[in-house]
Amino acid sequence: MLEVMVNGHAQLVPAGSTVADVVRRWRDCPDGIAVARNGEVVVHSAWTGTEVAAGDHLEILTAAAGG
Amino acid sequence: MAVAGRPLASRLLLGTGGIAGLDVLDAVLEASGSTMATVALRRVDPAATGSILDVLRARDVEVLPNTAGCHTAAEAVLTAKLAREAFDTDWVKLEVIGDERTLLPDVAELLDAAETLCDEGFVVLPYTSDDPVVARRLEQAGCAAVMPLGAPIGSGLGIRNPHNIALICESASVPVILDAGLGTPSEATLALELGCDGVLVASAITRARRPADMAAAFRLAVEAGALAAGAGRIPRRWHAVASSPAEGLASLADPD
Repeated sequence: MLEVMVNGHAQLVPAGSTVADVVRRWRDCPDGIAVARNGEVVVHSAWTGTEVAAGDHLEILTAAAGG
Repeated sequence: MAVAGRPLASRLLLGTGGIAGLDVLDAVLEASGSTMATVALRRVDPAATGSILDVLRARDVEVLPNTAGCHTAAEAVLTAKLAREAFDTDWVKLEVIGDERTLLPDVAELLDAAETLCDEGFVVLPYTSDDPVVARRLEQAGCAAVMPLGAPIGSGLGIRNPHNIALICESASVPVILDAGLGTPSEATLALELGCDGVLVASAITRARRPADMAAAFRLAVEAGALAAGAGRIPRRWHAVASSPAEGLASLADPD
């Protein structure tokens, strides 16, 4: 297992997990979601091919009322 | 009004900040007639039920993501790119805050971010100060509109410097959308009369006691202002100009 930070919370995920796997654990529907990994955008098409590493900081973001 | 070649049916853009719930948002959207509304990008809440995006989509309202909460150009650029991924739009309400107490924009960071995002093909609508020179620089950077503030965000102080807003409108060749500070619909009318193409209103509607009623009032106010702006107001004069004719006036003075 690896420890990664997801939206400010420490999470244990199986080794070999991809960004897509982590997002799925957080929310069923990936619609309207963006992911930043260590301060860089991970585009949707790269979610399944990007493995997370121990210590990664992931931000999983969506729309909220604002502005 | 059209921004970046896309017609906007309503000159009233809705800021969703401060809305009490999705049911209130739906009622406000219906009453406002707005066809574009802002959203912020925030961490997913796994416990959340319902999505603001679903409410907007159900009413065919375009999503305008903002970069609220960003204090540097780098943060704002990254947020705009994340918003593009999340919402499949290259439009962004660019906001870079320079002071926590007043939430006034940091125009140096704003201009830096605007240049980067315009170069990368974003349709940038910058929330800016009421400085005509900054507005011109943003337009030169390629922004699709400029959005000067009337007063600090959420202050409800109205348009503190109508002269500057009129100067911005006079010079701009992109749409001018007054953003922030309005408290009541008559101030939206004034914005349009000063030459603005539209207004973006959040708190004045969302934090009103009856948000849907206030949204309807703003819709009418914006329509009134747009009509008045095109109708040509009379010049201001120091003394009176009689509206009834002097010709044909009866002689009613006492004959002695």
